[in-house]
Parts: sequence; C-alpha cells; structure tokens
Amino acid sequence: MSLLWIFLGSIFVNNIILSRFLGNCPFLGVSTNGETARGMGVAVIFVLVLAAIMTWLAYYRVLVPLHMEYLYTLSFILIIAALVQFVELALKKINPALYKSLGIFLPLITTNCAVLGVAVINMNEGYGLLASIVNALGSSIGFLLAIVLMAGIRERIDRNAGIPKCLRGLPIALVTAGLMSIAFMGFAGIIK
Amino acid sequence: MNPLKIIKNGVITENPTLVQCIGLCPTLATSTSAANGIGMGIAATAVLVGSNVAIAAIRKFVPDEIRIPIFIVLIAGFVTVIQLLISGFFPDLDKSLGIFIPLIVVNCIILARAEAFAFKNGALDSMFDGIGMGLGFTIALTAIGMFRELLGSGMVFGVKLTPAGFQPGLLVILPPGGFITLGIFMGLFRRYQDWKSSRQGRPAPAHAAGCSGCAMSGQCGAAAKGGADR
Repeated sequence: MSLLWIFLGSIFVNNIILSRFLGNCPFLGVSTNGETARGMGVAVIFVLVLAAIMTWLAYYRVLVPLHMEYLYTLSFILIIAALVQFVELALKKINPALYKSLGIFLPLITTNCAVLGVAVINMNEGYGLLASIVNALGSSIGFLLAIVLMAGIRERIDRNAGIPKCLRGLPIALVTAGLMSIAFMGFAGIIK
Repeated sequence: MNPLKIIKNGVITENPTLVQCIGLCPTLATSTSAANGIGMGIAATAVLVGSNVAIAAIRKFVPDEIRIPIFIVLIAGFVTVIQLLISGFFPDLDKSLGIFIPLIVVNCIILARAEAFAFKNGALDSMFDGIGMGLGFTIALTAIGMFRELLGSGMVFGVKLTPAGFQPGLLVILPPGGFITLGIFMGLFRRYQDWKSSRQGRPAPAHAAGCSGCAMSGQCGAAAKGGADR
C-alpha cells in the first residue's frame, strides 16, 4: 500500500513542479505548444526512472560501502550526464524513430534539476530500490501532467490580446503556474 | 574590460533571474524569506565565482567537444565544498535550503556563465562576472524573499513590521505565492526596461522566453523548437 501512496503522492500532492519547484526551466521553456510538451514529458519519464535506478545502485552499492557518502553530488551528476549521453547513442542506434521525437530533448535533461532532485530526494527519504523507482515514475508522470496542462493553457493565453504588454510570455506563464499550484493544493488532504 | 561595467551588467542589464530568466527553481523555492534568499544567493555566488575563475584558467587546455562534462565536474566539486561548509557552520540554513544546496550543480546560471563568459575571457574578468551575476541573483532573491516574508508572515528578516491588526496571507509563502510573486516581479522589471529604453530613444529589448537563456540552448533542439524568443 505504501508504494501506492508514494506513487500518488509524487504525482499530485508533492507535484515535482508545482509544489517541489524542480524542473521549472523546461516547464516554462518548452510548454508553448502541446506536441513539444508531450515529447519533453515522455523523455523526462524515461531518463528519470533510469537515473533513479543508477543513482540508487551507485549510492548503496558503491558510496556507502566505501564511506564516501559526501561525494554523492559529484557522482550523481556524473552518472546522470553519462546516462543521458548513453541513452542518446543507444536510442539513435536501436530506434531512430523514437530518437527523432525524443532526441532533441535529451541534452536539456542533463541540467534538468528534476533528475538530480529526485535522486537526492530518494536518498534523503531512504527509499529502497523499488520505492525509488516508484517515486521517480510518479514524479515524472506529475511532470508530464503539469507541462501538458500548462501547454494547453498557454496556447490560449498567447492569443489573448488583453494581457498587458510587460506581462506577456514568461511572467503571465508564472502567474498561471501559481494558479495551477493553488488547484493542486486541493490534493493535499488525500494522503496523511 | 572595466570591472564595474561587468558587475553592473550582471546586476541590472543581464540580471540572471529577472532578465535572462534562468535559475528559476532555486529562486522560487528559497525565496520564502529574506534570510533564505540571501543564504542561497551567497552560496550560489561562491560557487559561481570559483567555477568561473577555474574554468577561465583552464580554458586553453579544454577540448571543445567535452567541455560541458568538464564544467559540470568542476562545478560539482565547488558545490560539494560549499555544501560541507554550510552544513558545518550554518546548520539552520542547511535545513531550510534542503536539497537546493546540492542542486546548485544544475543551476543554469552557473553553467550558462561558464559557457557564455568564462570559456571566452580571462580569469580576472570572469571573477568580476561571477561577482556581478551572483550579486544580481542574490539581490533578486532577497527582494522577492522580503516581499513574500512581509506579506506571508508580517516580518522582514524575522523583525515584525506590520501593525497588530495585520492578517498575514500564508499563501504568499506557500508554492503558489512563489510563482505569482516572481511573475509579477519579472513583469515589473520588463516594464522598467521598456520605459528606460524608450526614454533613451532605443527600441524595446527582446525578452527571454523560457529556457532560451539556458547554457544548453545552443545544442538543444527543444529550445529552438518551443522555447525560442518570439
């Protein structure tokens, strides 16, 4: 049961963007149309889950036995950067069609704080391997949900001529994200 | 280059938070109070100055193709140092900033300055650029933090400023308040830039959209496709 709560909690209650503030650059930068937003969301799910597995293994199988936990920042970011490069190469070889749709987002994901952030949260919460995967999956589905919703709203907002000139683009998108965040606060009661 | 000019460029003309719109995650998350904002700003500035100087010093030996991984490793090294210092000397700050201290590694401001400035300029200029950008980030964070703390708890730096009848709006400190406050600050700063350039008879500056200021935007298809300036 607790895995289900981790899963639902990471999608709705602790939504990675709207309540944890991770991954805002792609959330605001790539949400100007629905199709790219979906592509970005799927790419994040893919990388986040893989990165959660790799960083868990590195932390509990390498760093902890060697008593070098303080090096986690350095090793996690190296693992993530190498992983993204590897995924890019592998995808290009194995599935060129998928590479075409996801490939463009991969370089961006290296510096996406959501990936490193979820790895650090998994470590701080002391999750086991399965719980880490579930948390990563839930968080990235929460990312997909938020970015697709945002893209839907922004496609309409950008055509609205009533917005003051200085608020157009990013500022109004931030205010919109704030209102979405208020809506997501409504989920707070579902998990104790 | 004139150091004062470089610093002014970081604080006002190319302010990382309000003009380039990068590094938004730590801005939103750590501006819940003025003290947190200053703490985060100083930590990021220390990393930025260190990494800028180090990258400028080794830039002639770094092959172009693998520069990004090298930058990231260097930055992660500086972040680990800062992280250990903060948890040793400022445990309270460590607790309130939480995971955003290790996440300085992926703060786009630091990688973006490495790419855009330190890799092309000398160590001394890069140091001033780091100070300027860091100061711009710190000032923006502190201003937003003061505003949110004042409305959300009636205090600034923990000192009560509002009259007894003031009812604090908790929402401003919660996540939605972060988004809305940053949006309004950014809009006001754009209004100021437009006003200033129209008074000087220059055309209005182009405003950054989303991740176009990001260090990876050169190689990243997503920025070209969805995040380009319009």
